Amino acid sequence: MAKKRKPKTSLPSPRRSAPPRSRATRATPLSLDLHRCEQFLQQEARLLDEGKFGDWLALFTADAWYWVPSEPGQDNPHDTVSLIYDDRRLLETRVRRLASPRMYSQEPRSRTSRMVGSVTIEDTDRTGVTLRSKFLMIEYRRNSQRLFGGTALHRLVMAGGAIRIAWKRVDLVNCDAPLDGITQPF
Amino acid sequence: MSQEPTTGDFARFFKPGRVHRQLYTDPAIFELEMERIFSAAWIYVGHESQVKKPGDYFSSLIGRRPVVMTRDTDGTVRVIHNQCAHRGALVVATEHGNAPEFTCCYHGWTYHLDGRLKAVPLNHGYPRDFDLSNPKMAMQPIARVTNYRGFVFASLASDGPSLEESLGHMTTSLDDMIDRAPDGEIEAAGGVFKHAYDGNWKVYFENLCDAAHPLFAHRSSIEASQAQSDDVHSDGSGEIAIRQMRQNGAPYSFWESQVGIWTYPNGHSYLGDYHDDSKLVAALKDPVFRDYIAALEKKKGKAETKRILEVRRWNSNIYPNVSLMSQFQQLRVVHPIAVNRTVVHTYNFRLKGAPEQMFRNTISFANIVNGTGSLVLTDDLEIYNRIDMGLSSEGAEWLQIGRGYQSDLPDQHGGRKGVNSTSEVYIRNMLDAWQGYMSNGHAAPVRAAS
Repeated sequence: MAKKRKPKTSLPSPRRSAPPRSRATRATPLSLDLHRCEQFLQQEARLLDEGKFGDWLALFTADAWYWVPSEPGQDNPHDTVSLIYDDRRLLETRVRRLASPRMYSQEPRSRTSRMVGSVTIEDTDRTGVTLRSKFLMIEYRRNSQRLFGGTALHRLVMAGGAIRIAWKRVDLVNCDAPLDGITQPF
Repeated sequence: MSQEPTTGDFARFFKPGRVHRQLYTDPAIFELEMERIFSAAWIYVGHESQVKKPGDYFSSLIGRRPVVMTRDTDGTVRVIHNQCAHRGALVVATEHGNAPEFTCCYHGWTYHLDGRLKAVPLNHGYPRDFDLSNPKMAMQPIARVTNYRGFVFASLASDGPSLEESLGHMTTSLDDMIDRAPDGEIEAAGGVFKHAYDGNWKVYFENLCDAAHPLFAHRSSIEASQAQSDDVHSDGSGEIAIRQMRQNGAPYSFWESQVGIWTYPNGHSYLGDYHDDSKLVAALKDPVFRDYIAALEKKKGKAETKRILEVRRWNSNIYPNVSLMSQFQQLRVVHPIAVNRTVVHTYNFRLKGAPEQMFRNTISFANIVNGTGSLVLTDDLEIYNRIDMGLSSEGAEWLQIGRGYQSDLPDQHGGRKGVNSTSEVYIRNMLDAWQGYMSNGHAAPVRAAS
């Protein structure tokens, strides 16, 4: 009786201008080996836990997007609603609001603790790599604690000698559950 | 004051321009609301496009009662209790799907799509008068189900006013939702948001037409969007979100005088539109909207298109469980879970015959206005939580709902209009309906104090 769903694709293509993936060009940029990628994800999680959202934003490319689907296996963020879908412009606004003392849904502030692991390189080409990782995030705010978990996909590229996030997709295990407001990026 | 709510006159919870806080905190009152409001009123269940083909089903709730909306083999949309006649187990355990029949997982009792019992395994062991065709041996039909142009409402009460009588002038908001489709048809699409808060269900409705709160409550997103450079890359969705947030920053003078608030019998109301940004989703300078108007004019003619586009409403609230934004193709269903817990489901609609990009704009709009991770809605949810926390104090026993009190204006369709857009007339109007349902089992006002 369960509704049939389309098979999940392991990689999203939410954006019309997503970089082409070619099997012929598998050379990983030297600086993007697995160890360095893992370090990058740990550093990203640390910035978020420490509330350094401006520094976190600086990790993204100028035309990046950040996506938290509302459905398991969601095809794209344009035809179905998303818990969060920010293009670069909205992501900047989100981060600016997080710094506002008038953000009442962050009065008091959340404290978070993230674990990132099981990192694998899913795809690689001359411009960058696509990483898959598992995460757990505890959020504590005003006498209650919530637990989030799921799978993250990061597209990492080299820009100006530094690693940058071209896009990030976060699939929460409970993305289609009734949820209290979400203010913390995953 | 803390009184036994089951007896006496519910008028004691009201004073001119005031309501007692117990309405929002007392579990006994909540239980009575489930009995006297949600078991009597017309409750929105779903849209017929959610069950397109025979065998399609959609699970929902009437109050806290699980029900299933199904499309029967003859095409009829039905609403039945989601409960096995044998031991009372929930039969349909998934949110939606397609099935030729419904089977209870406990002993295999199997039902037709209209709820009639079809087969029972091991059926020789039941009493001699056991009869599959006994109407009591069924997933019980809901007493009254009415499909208003695709919007399916149900009432657990076997008699009472018809849906159309109960809706009154509010049918025009449902009509507006459909009229905006060039092909005259809409479909629920694009998924659903389910957001939750620790607070009473009435608090949600009492915010939807509140024109006095955005400038203050939403100022973190107003200021963040005002400071945003438009030169930064956007694929279009962020632009829609940022324009919407900036529009929430319209000055008090605008909110007060330019918007309008209308209320109608049985607790219904709508707030006028407050958008004056010429490039917003539903604005004339938006190129997608211009293509849409051309499609509308082609199918409906210029005069009818003009009439349709002049219906400009923000939230239309149909008491007690559904609110729609006809201009922006959104519909929210309020599910009371407990006196201090509420879940709201938000749906989007595709206008058939409109440019596909129009629907994508609807999705971007939904994310920022109704999204669980929205920069706007999260502050509303915080307010609902804080109201619940604050109400546990006995400091303020009587809550103020007196903005615009005794200055309402009559409306030509039998309602009353707020003297200005920030009047709390729509809260008083809902509470009049509340009092009617709680005292008499129907919404007819028992007083004319407000």
